[in-house]
Amino acid sequence: MAEIALAGVKKRYGETQVVHGIDVEIADGEFVVIVGPSGCGKSTLLRMVAGLEEISEGSISIAGRVVNDLEPKERDIAMVFQNYALYPHMSVFDNMAYGLKIAGTPKAEIEERVGRAARMLELEALLTRKPRQLSGGQRQRVAMGRAIVRDPAAFLFDEPLSNLDAKLRVQMRLEIKQLQKDLGTTSLYVTHDQVEAMTLADRLIVMNAGVAEQIASPMQVYEHPESVFVAGFIGSPAMNFLPGRVAQDGGSLEIRGGTARRAEALAISGQAGRELLIGVRPEHLQPVPETEADLFLDLRLVETLGADTLAHGSLPDTKSTDGATKDIFTVRLPGSVQVSAGERLALRVAPGALHLFDPDSGHRIADL
Amino acid sequence: MEKRVIFRHRTLPYLLVLPQLAITLIFFIWPATQALYQSVLRQDPFGLRTTFVGFQNFARLFADPLYLDSVKVTVVFSISVAALAMGLALLLAVMADRVIKGSTGYKTLLIWPYAVAPAIAGVLWWFLFNPTIGILAYALRAVGYDWNHFINGTDAMILIVIASAWKQVSYNFLFFLAGLQAVPRSLIEAAAIDGAGPARRFWTIIFPLLSPTTFFLLVVNVVYAFFDTFGVVHATTSGGPGQATTIMVYKVFNDGFIGLDLGSSAAQSVILMILVISLTLLQFRYIERKVQY
Repeated sequence: MAEIALAGVKKRYGETQVVHGIDVEIADGEFVVIVGPSGCGKSTLLRMVAGLEEISEGSISIAGRVVNDLEPKERDIAMVFQNYALYPHMSVFDNMAYGLKIAGTPKAEIEERVGRAARMLELEALLTRKPRQLSGGQRQRVAMGRAIVRDPAAFLFDEPLSNLDAKLRVQMRLEIKQLQKDLGTTSLYVTHDQVEAMTLADRLIVMNAGVAEQIASPMQVYEHPESVFVAGFIGSPAMNFLPGRVAQDGGSLEIRGGTARRAEALAISGQAGRELLIGVRPEHLQPVPETEADLFLDLRLVETLGADTLAHGSLPDTKSTDGATKDIFTVRLPGSVQVSAGERLALRVAPGALHLFDPDSGHRIADL
Repeated sequence: MEKRVIFRHRTLPYLLVLPQLAITLIFFIWPATQALYQSVLRQDPFGLRTTFVGFQNFARLFADPLYLDSVKVTVVFSISVAALAMGLALLLAVMADRVIKGSTGYKTLLIWPYAVAPAIAGVLWWFLFNPTIGILAYALRAVGYDWNHFINGTDAMILIVIASAWKQVSYNFLFFLAGLQAVPRSLIEAAAIDGAGPARRFWTIIFPLLSPTTFFLLVVNVVYAFFDTFGVVHATTSGGPGQATTIMVYKVFNDGFIGLDLGSSAAQSVILMILVISLTLLQFRYIERKVQY
C-alpha cells in the first residue's frame, strides 16, 4: 500500500529528450492509466518507476521514499510485462514463487501465498505446467499471479493485454479491474488502447510526445478535454474538428461562412473575429428538421453496427475549390435511424457539446 | 515454408548431388571401409603377409596398458579442453553482451583465433611456453614455477589443453553470444524486479535458458578434442614426454604411420569412429527431445 509521486520527471537519451517533465501524485490504492500513442514515452515513464530506466531529471517516490537511486528489487513493486516474461524453464508454481524464494520466505509460507494467488486466479490446476503449455489468457494470469504473491506496494502494468485476442482482452480487463479493487493496491497501467484506459482508470494520464496533456478522471477527460490532442485521442469514433470563428456580433459562432450559427451567449464574447477550432463528438449530434439544424452533412458512407449507425460525410462548404473533400465528419446515430449515402442530413449539436480550442496552441478555450 | 524444386529431367538432380557424393565416397566412405577391413587383419613386420585375425586387434588393444593409458589421457584432455574453452567463451560472451561501445570490434577480435590452423596454434603456444625462449615460461619462472613441458607430463598436457582450447573459444563464444542475445530482455528485467541480483539472474534464468546451446557445444567440443587436435599435439609435444600427451587420435597416427602396425591402428580408428557416431546420435536425440523448456 503506497502512494507514488512523480516530480518533474524527465528522460533523455543523449541529446533526445523523450519525457518532458511529468508531475503527478498517485494516491494509495488508486488505479492510474497512462494512455497515449506509441512512442509518446508512456512505457519509458513506467520503466523509470520500475527502475529499469534511469531517471534523467526529477524524482520518483514510492511510499514517501525517493527511489531514484534504488535498484528495482528495492522499490517494492511488481510488474506485468506485455509479453508476460514468464520464466520458460520453470513451472507455474516456480514462476510465482521465484521472488519469494529469493526473498528467503519460509517454504510453508511460499506454498500458502502461491496457493492463495492461484485460487484467486483459478490457476490451481495448472501449477505444475510449464508456460509453453498454457494459453495466452492463462499466461497472462500467471504473470498477474507472480505480481500478486509478492504483495508489493504497487503494481505496474506495461500493456499487459495487447497480446490477447479481442474477446479475451475484454474479459481480462474486467478481471484486472476486479482484482485491483479487491486488493486495493496502487496501480500504474500503460496502454495505447483508449477503451482500456477509460474502463480501467480511476484517473487518466493522457500523454503525447513526452508531455502529459491532461491528468484527470476518465469522464473529465471525455467531457472537458484540455487539448485538441486529448479530444481527438479519447473517444471512439474520434471527435470531429471544424475551423470556425467568433462572429462579428460577438455572440455567435461561425463555421465556414455561416452554415451553423448558435445564438447562445459565448464565454468568449467580445473577441469578435477570433479564429477557433471547434470540436464535436459524433455522439453529440442529432438529426433534426432542416429549420432547427446547426449544420448539414452530405453523407458518403454509412456503417451499421447494430445498436449504432456511424454516418460519415462532409460538410457542404468544407469542400475545397478543387472539389476534393478535406475532412471526414462522423455522426453516431441510433441504430433505428435509417440513412444512406448521398443524403443530406440536418443535424443539431447537443447543448454544451461544443469544444472550442485555440487553433494555434491547441489548448481548450471553452465548452459550449 | 518448404520449397520444392521440380526437375523435368530425371538425371539432372543426380548430377547436381554427384560432386558431394563423390567427396563423401572418396574421403569418408572409402577410408572408413578400409579401416573397417584393416582392423580385422594383421601384417607381419615386413608387410609381406596379411592374415585375417577377426577381433584380435581389438582384444589386444583393450588388454594393452599403453592403449588404456591413452584412453585416460584422452578423457582428461577432452574434458579439460571442453571445460576451459566453454568456460572462457561463456565468460567472454557475457561480457561482450554487456558492452555497448565498440562491441563489434571485440566480437571480431574474439572470433579471429578460430581462423588459425591447429598446428599454427600449437606452435604459437609452444613458443610462448618454450622453457628456453618462451615469455610465458620466463614469467612462470619469475613467480617460482619451473615450467618445462619437455620433461614434465603435466606441463605438456596443460600446454596442449591451452593451445587447443584457445582455438575453440572463438567458436563457443559465437554460439554463446547468439544464445545470450536470444534470451528476452524482459525475462531478465522481470527477474530483477523479483529481486534477483546479477549473479542470481545468470544462474537461475540465463544459464538454464542457454542449456540447449551448452549441450550442443559440449558435444562439439568433445568431438573437437577427440579428433581435430591432432595438429596441436603433433606440432608441439608429439605425444610426449613418455605417453603423457598421447591422445587416442595421435596414437592412431603413431601406431599406424610410425610403428607401421596397420591392423592395430585401423582398430583404434574404428573405435574412434564408433565414439563419434554415438556422440552425434546422442546430440541429435538429446537436443531434440530433452533439452527444451
